[in-house]
Amino acid sequence: MRAGRGPRSGPRPARPILSVMDPDGELLHRLRSGDERAFVSLVERYHEPMLRLAASFVPSRAVAEEVVQDTWLAALRGLEAFEGRSSLKTWLFRILVNRARTTGSKEQRSVPVADPEPAVDPTRFGGDGGWSDPPEHWIEAAERRMEAGKLADRVRAWLGELPARQREVVLLRDIEGMSSEEVCAVLALTEGNQRVLLHRGRSRLRQLFEDEFREVR
Amino acid sequence: MKLLRRRDLVCQQAVELVTDYLEGSLSRSARRRFEAHLAGCPHCTEYLAQMRETISLTGRLEPEDLTPQMREEFTDLYRRWRSEQQ
Repeated sequence: MRAGRGPRSGPRPARPILSVMDPDGELLHRLRSGDERAFVSLVERYHEPMLRLAASFVPSRAVAEEVVQDTWLAALRGLEAFEGRSSLKTWLFRILVNRARTTGSKEQRSVPVADPEPAVDPTRFGGDGGWSDPPEHWIEAAERRMEAGKLADRVRAWLGELPARQREVVLLRDIEGMSSEEVCAVLALTEGNQRVLLHRGRSRLRQLFEDEFREVR
Repeated sequence: MKLLRRRDLVCQQAVELVTDYLEGSLSRSARRRFEAHLAGCPHCTEYLAQMRETISLTGRLEPEDLTPQMREEFTDLYRRWRSEQQ
């Protein structure tokens, strides 16, 4: 083992290195040429997001873990053939979703988009369609609690409670920062359905924030 | 009392347009109607700000660290792959 490659002693480099300093081309080159640290930092960056996404498709955490493991293997095997037509990240997530879909369909996955689901409880509007129970302020309180490190776990839990397809879209768009085109490619959705799912997911989360801070008063 | 023109949005419709608005997928006229509604409606303006805040807060979730054991397992996985390559 070469010096400096063993169990880390010093401080770890901050995670953003991967996305900020490694354009795909360079990362690919490092992966293909045997830089195991490049692989580990790739895993570091995407393992948990992939687990969370996989959990939407399969019945248990254990199965999700298997799917993600398989995905890493498949990614390594496919690395030579990867042509860079999509980003490395889109490619990875697409492998994951394909594997997860064939492994287990947890629920009927084709229906939900068509069901109407209002962004806000209709009883909060009067007969003229105007607010009768308007949104309460919570932005500053949420910021304070987020900065104190006391909100992230709640938000993670809320995400887990979203319907699977909404969670998938919110995860990829708002946490992974993918574009709508990338999300459509990864999840095989139309633009329109992607937007509907995003709207419902975000609207639910907004409501959960409001509820959370209403209770605090 | 303000008279409601036929093409004016009401709040209940406006909240359903927030994502389309943020995604830039409203037509020009729909966008204008939406913005005109906001200009006269503090509650919907607050609502839009909350949706933006929701996106921002959600986006600050960081992936959790790998355990040292997982780090080792993945290093092994990679090494195995490399040795198969040669």
